[in-house]
Amino acid sequence: MTRLNVNGRVVEVDVEPETPLLWALRDTLGLTGTKYGCGVALCGACTVHVDGAATRSCTLTVQDTEGKKITTIEGLAPDGKLTKVQEAWIAEQVPQCGYCQVGMMMAVSALLREKPRPTDADIDAAITNICRCGTYARVRKAIHRAAQA
Amino acid sequence: MNAVNPKLSRRTFVVSAAAGGLALGFHLPLGGKRAARAAAPGTEVNAWIVIAPDDTVTIRVARSEMGQGTQTGLCMLVAEELDCDWSKVRPEFASTNEHIRRKRIWGSMSTGGSQGIRGSQDYVRKAGAAAREMLVAAAAARWKVPAADCTVEKGVIAHKGSGRMLRYGEVAAEAAKLDPPKDVKLREPKDWKIAGKPTARFDIPDKVMGKPVYAIDVRLPGMVYAAIKQCPVFGGKVKSFDEAAIKDKKGFIKALSLDDAAGGAVVVVADTYWHAKRALEALPVVWDDEANKKVSDETIAAFLKAGLEAADVPAARSDGDVKAELAKGGKTASADYAVPFQNHATMEPMNATAVVTADRIDVWVATQNSEASAAAAARASGMPLENIEIHKMMLGGGFGRRGGSQEPTAQVVRVAKAIGRPVQLIWSREEDMQHGRYRPVTMARMRATLGADGLPTAWWTRVSGQSIMYYFNPSMIRNGVDFHTLGGLHDMPYTVPNVLVDFAMRNTHVPSGFWRGVKSNENGFYRESFVDELAHAAGADPYQYRRKLLQGARAKRDLAVLDVVAEKAGWGKPLPPGQFHGIAVFAAYASYNAAVVEISMQGGEVKVERVVFAIDSGHVVNPDSVVAQIEGGIVWALTATMMGEITIKDGRVEQSNFHDYPMLKIDRMPKIETVLMPSGGFWGGVGEPGVSPIAPALCNAIFAATGKRIRSLPLLKHGLIKA
Repeated sequence: MTRLNVNGRVVEVDVEPETPLLWALRDTLGLTGTKYGCGVALCGACTVHVDGAATRSCTLTVQDTEGKKITTIEGLAPDGKLTKVQEAWIAEQVPQCGYCQVGMMMAVSALLREKPRPTDADIDAAITNICRCGTYARVRKAIHRAAQA
Repeated sequence: MNAVNPKLSRRTFVVSAAAGGLALGFHLPLGGKRAARAAAPGTEVNAWIVIAPDDTVTIRVARSEMGQGTQTGLCMLVAEELDCDWSKVRPEFASTNEHIRRKRIWGSMSTGGSQGIRGSQDYVRKAGAAAREMLVAAAAARWKVPAADCTVEKGVIAHKGSGRMLRYGEVAAEAAKLDPPKDVKLREPKDWKIAGKPTARFDIPDKVMGKPVYAIDVRLPGMVYAAIKQCPVFGGKVKSFDEAAIKDKKGFIKALSLDDAAGGAVVVVADTYWHAKRALEALPVVWDDEANKKVSDETIAAFLKAGLEAADVPAARSDGDVKAELAKGGKTASADYAVPFQNHATMEPMNATAVVTADRIDVWVATQNSEASAAAAARASGMPLENIEIHKMMLGGGFGRRGGSQEPTAQVVRVAKAIGRPVQLIWSREEDMQHGRYRPVTMARMRATLGADGLPTAWWTRVSGQSIMYYFNPSMIRNGVDFHTLGGLHDMPYTVPNVLVDFAMRNTHVPSGFWRGVKSNENGFYRESFVDELAHAAGADPYQYRRKLLQGARAKRDLAVLDVVAEKAGWGKPLPPGQFHGIAVFAAYASYNAAVVEISMQGGEVKVERVVFAIDSGHVVNPDSVVAQIEGGIVWALTATMMGEITIKDGRVEQSNFHDYPMLKIDRMPKIETVLMPSGGFWGGVGEPGVSPIAPALCNAIFAATGKRIRSLPLLKHGLIKA
């Protein structure tokens, strides 16, 4: 049994300690908002927050997250009210297929916490998620919109 | 912990009597109730439209939604003719099973070829108009007044003389009993009130909260997971595998092989996907893969090259006498071009989930063609189509990968049948990279002779390579010519007196398939790079040179989009220091498209600064979605042009994940300016046209910057960008 702190709740999961957090979230806890894209931390679809930092959950083991606070998309807006990132995403009509967007928004939320007014260069350096539909132009606009909200 | 709870019970399998079917009472182990089709409360006025007493209008959409906005766009077109209140419209996917039972009542369920709107606009608008007429007739009958004396505003019917009013929700049940009108008049696009305006997509609010249940997110009671490994060499079979070696692995349930005509695969089933994947990695497998083991990029290139040299190959177009004209000599140009295989790499890896019982199959899958999915499930199981439901989920990317071939559905049905439990089968990203249905590999040899005015008097295009139709629909190949493969070449808009376009079909063991912008992408690169070469050979400006070739009556729309991008990009005016641009025009998917790409060279690397794009798609239903599709198409094309390449060695794909099949990311994004210029009178596609002119416009800009002509892709292998 491993103890996880996910979205403000402590749960016990019966998985091997080396299980990637991604699969514990998806298959054991049913939190399927976090997506599998590559399994090797290259695409960012599985991005969650670990103690507030954007982290790719497909290569992070469950044992490495013990005692740390994990936030997934399901916990991003805990009171049901959209965050300013989510609102900007709607205003700019960012998502297409949407599959990568959860990871994208998790990465952006962490960036804005660190740098509330990011420059384009900050965005280029921090947002390395892959979007195959090609929403990047709108992602950039939405980040600036959220920063000004 | 709040598990995502897919709304599985919404799609129970019982077709209500009102829908013209039988209550079959299938038992589903989904924890769901047996209920009449409860998805849309209200009355079905016709197959497309269900209206509830509270005026909620549910519009059934037959095409798939992968973020391209077809679901919202088709609802807009129905609502436009229905004259309902847009704020009360809810979309719903039409049931594939019901579609089959009701004799394909929703038209095409296939979503590809940029057909979503243009291929269904006529019949969905008619459905909206017919329902409106029936609703008005029902109100008129209740009031005992002529229908012609009634008006409709946002779903409220009013009688002009008396001022009486009825809401759609109040008359839907009566309307549904009326005979549908035989003929309806559709609204002129200039009079549209809902369509034609930028409209927020239905699917976006859920997507920003991580709420949509993609196929990979389906969770069923008792469900287990399957990981798959297909023979790395295409077409190879399973010789043997050693299940005993992994039976002690945690969570292990079963290992099985899935050999069929297309090739062999082994599957491991376990209690979680992670366990299944790990056990599969440890499973000893011996493959029978000798047949194609010696195929490589080099052997494929030699095979295609021979096609370029072949003496007699069938022609798709032959005007005048190209060979005689070329033999005269004078100022000639000749160049060979080539493009590599490309993978789709949808962000949601291939997957499907199935429940197979004695008399029924349910499959949850990301599909661009749910009828094809049903057919694949039927073939894999022997179950009649009528007993199969395909639960159409939001797609995590499609791009052509999820239409024609339906391997995950066929595979998961066989696994679920074999083990007798609900199963979710997931391809790893590595499987996705190595078992795609790749953009075909082709080469082109271009030859032309220029007249005294510098314009071509003869132009010969020879294409050698794969035909998608060979794999998917061989009946489309006529006398050895696949016109699909030659799109934009045999029907080019340029006026040239002698034209020859011929095709040396050279199919490989590497399976090819439809791919976003397929053919317009490769052929755009060939044609629009070569016309640039001709312009330079003639000492002419590439934009003005194209203008001269686009003076024919059928070229007027090509000319119009070309002029617009040249003007918006400031063609002919000085660029900022260190910047260069290239131009291209290429009609595709019944839309007319042109682009100017601006670049700078930074330390020998190409940086794309700006793309100006114009499209004439005839009509525009949701302008914001069209712009989004053009933006997406441009990114798709830039990725392929700059870095995309699948290579073959020892009969198999060398790439395995995003480290060796890299993608364009936000740091390489240019500024994009899109001009929509619908000229009316026709319906063009928008999902793929954004791809068409990008590769040549970019490579033409590189020529302007460096004097180096790029004749093969991607730029990565020319050292013009770094991975």
